[in-house]
Amino acid sequence: MELADLVIDDRERGVFRVHRSSMTSPAVHALERERIFNRCWLYAGHESEVEQPGDYIRRRVAGRPVFLVRGQDGEVRVFLNTCPHRGALVCRQDAGNAEVFQCFYHAWSFNDRGDLVGLPDEEGYAEGFDRSERGLLAPPRVSNYRGFYFVSFSPDGEDLATYLGEATEYFDLLISQSDTGLGLAVVPGALRCGIATNWKLFVENSFDLYHAPSVHQTLFSYLKRLGHDSAAITARPYGQVRPLGNGHAVLEMPTVGGGRPVAKWHPMYGEAAKSEIEGIRARLQDRLGEETMERIAGSSRLLIIYPNLVLHDSAAPGIWTIWPDRPDFMELTIQVVCAKEDVGARLERRLSHFELGVSATGYLHPDDVEALESCQAGFDAPEMEWSDVSRGMHREAHGRDELQMRTFWRQWHAQVQGYAAAASWSDRPTPVETTARATAD
Amino acid sequence: MTFTPVNGKESLVSHDLLHEVEQFLFFEAELLDDWRLDDWVALFTEDARYVIPTTDLPNGVPGQDLVFANDDIGRLRARVERLKSRHAHREYPWSRTRRFINNIRIADASGDEVTVNASYLVYRFRDATGRGAHVDTYVGKYTYNLVRSEGQFRIRHKKAVLDNETLYTHGAVSIIL
Repeated sequence: MELADLVIDDRERGVFRVHRSSMTSPAVHALERERIFNRCWLYAGHESEVEQPGDYIRRRVAGRPVFLVRGQDGEVRVFLNTCPHRGALVCRQDAGNAEVFQCFYHAWSFNDRGDLVGLPDEEGYAEGFDRSERGLLAPPRVSNYRGFYFVSFSPDGEDLATYLGEATEYFDLLISQSDTGLGLAVVPGALRCGIATNWKLFVENSFDLYHAPSVHQTLFSYLKRLGHDSAAITARPYGQVRPLGNGHAVLEMPTVGGGRPVAKWHPMYGEAAKSEIEGIRARLQDRLGEETMERIAGSSRLLIIYPNLVLHDSAAPGIWTIWPDRPDFMELTIQVVCAKEDVGARLERRLSHFELGVSATGYLHPDDVEALESCQAGFDAPEMEWSDVSRGMHREAHGRDELQMRTFWRQWHAQVQGYAAAASWSDRPTPVETTARATAD
Repeated sequence: MTFTPVNGKESLVSHDLLHEVEQFLFFEAELLDDWRLDDWVALFTEDARYVIPTTDLPNGVPGQDLVFANDDIGRLRARVERLKSRHAHREYPWSRTRRFINNIRIADASGDEVTVNASYLVYRFRDATGRGAHVDTYVGKYTYNLVRSEGQFRIRHKKAVLDNETLYTHGAVSIIL
């Protein structure tokens, strides 16, 4: 199968199909690593996870061991977690605080700038041995957008702000939910799991509403018993999809029948919470105006930053990262992020939504895992060659359609072939998009 | 009568009490393995809590930290309803489970209340995709707060801490631990 044939994108006929070898082929998987994950900006961590000087967190980003550390100078740096001497991991805990990172293998020591500051028996090396050439290595590029740290393993390419483009609006909307200007904090604890499915299926599912009434019927039944009217979710049109460039897309949808801790009261929060939530709402309006307040308080935004970050601006805002492991296996991390002033009952309301929904034991996550693993098992029948992603292509697509997935796939298909970007991400290209962005490597 | 250390001190815990607690925990495990979920949820008090911390934060505090489960009795009953429906897809049909409860120790006993620590090993088998046998193994520590009411134990608090460091091979926790 030629790479060019993996996606059929016929806008005139409203046909969009993805060849299932895209989800099963080791060759395609290797190309994804090289042409997507070795090139794109990839989310690595949030500033609140390394709040104090010396704080560090350990991650895997695109298969590489890395760690983030806030230096004594206050700056956050990212290093590849491998000793320049023989390779051992220098940082061996998921989180902590340290001024010096000592490799346990031969006891080479590095400061929070990655400099080699000590090694036993240095006289054993020739005169030309230069400590400054034996420091920790940083990824070629590290940048952050308002505290969200990204790395790129490509030494060149557009800067992070340009890469995120119009998607920064949705980071801003999330950050502006903090009343006090203190900003956001990642809540301690995470869901970390593996799923026997191709990573792209999880990306698609992250902003797929079409599956919600069937897969998540138990949640809707439960919410209905609590007095939520979820009927609007199954009505159409529901929600808006906006391609944001570079494969990013957002699905924005009104909170119907239910509540949002910031800031729409609902009986499920109890009468006692009413005045507090109305206070949050009033302060939002004072700071940001009625229109923005209504948007923040009255709707959720499911944002995909291509290729593998979900900013899930729901009642319990989530930072989700999706990593390919093998063609049929991926790893997922879900964290919840709140305003720093979300403590006590405010935080409890946020966490309660997580526990109900995308928690490992929630109403959503286990059944999503089941569905995606089921799809992957279905791909064992290669005679059924294609998956259909055409929903809503013939009309102005809404939230229960599949424009958001097509946006992702268009960028994926361009990049896996070696192009920098798709010529267009929309079903109906805007004039800007048609100015031939596609350039061969 | 037998001596069992409580809170690091030697104090008196009757063999009868230990036996009674053990039989209660074994009974609870049997109800779950047999998917007798209505009988299981009836073991809980009206002010009960059921908590599962995340794998990376075993000491996580509900309401302050991310935890997987933090059910009051309403949510616990709803969890049972969900698992009994045909629409909890990861558990329809139900998986086969076998729970092993050991190292049962009474940490505290006063009046009608008993605090119990125990180790658990829960196997879950389900070949949902027909791709071959799949085994999930959940290992960890239970902490119970039991209260005696009308001659029977009820569960006021159950916490299941997982020793598994991630859910890499599990994907989710679709059963009750």
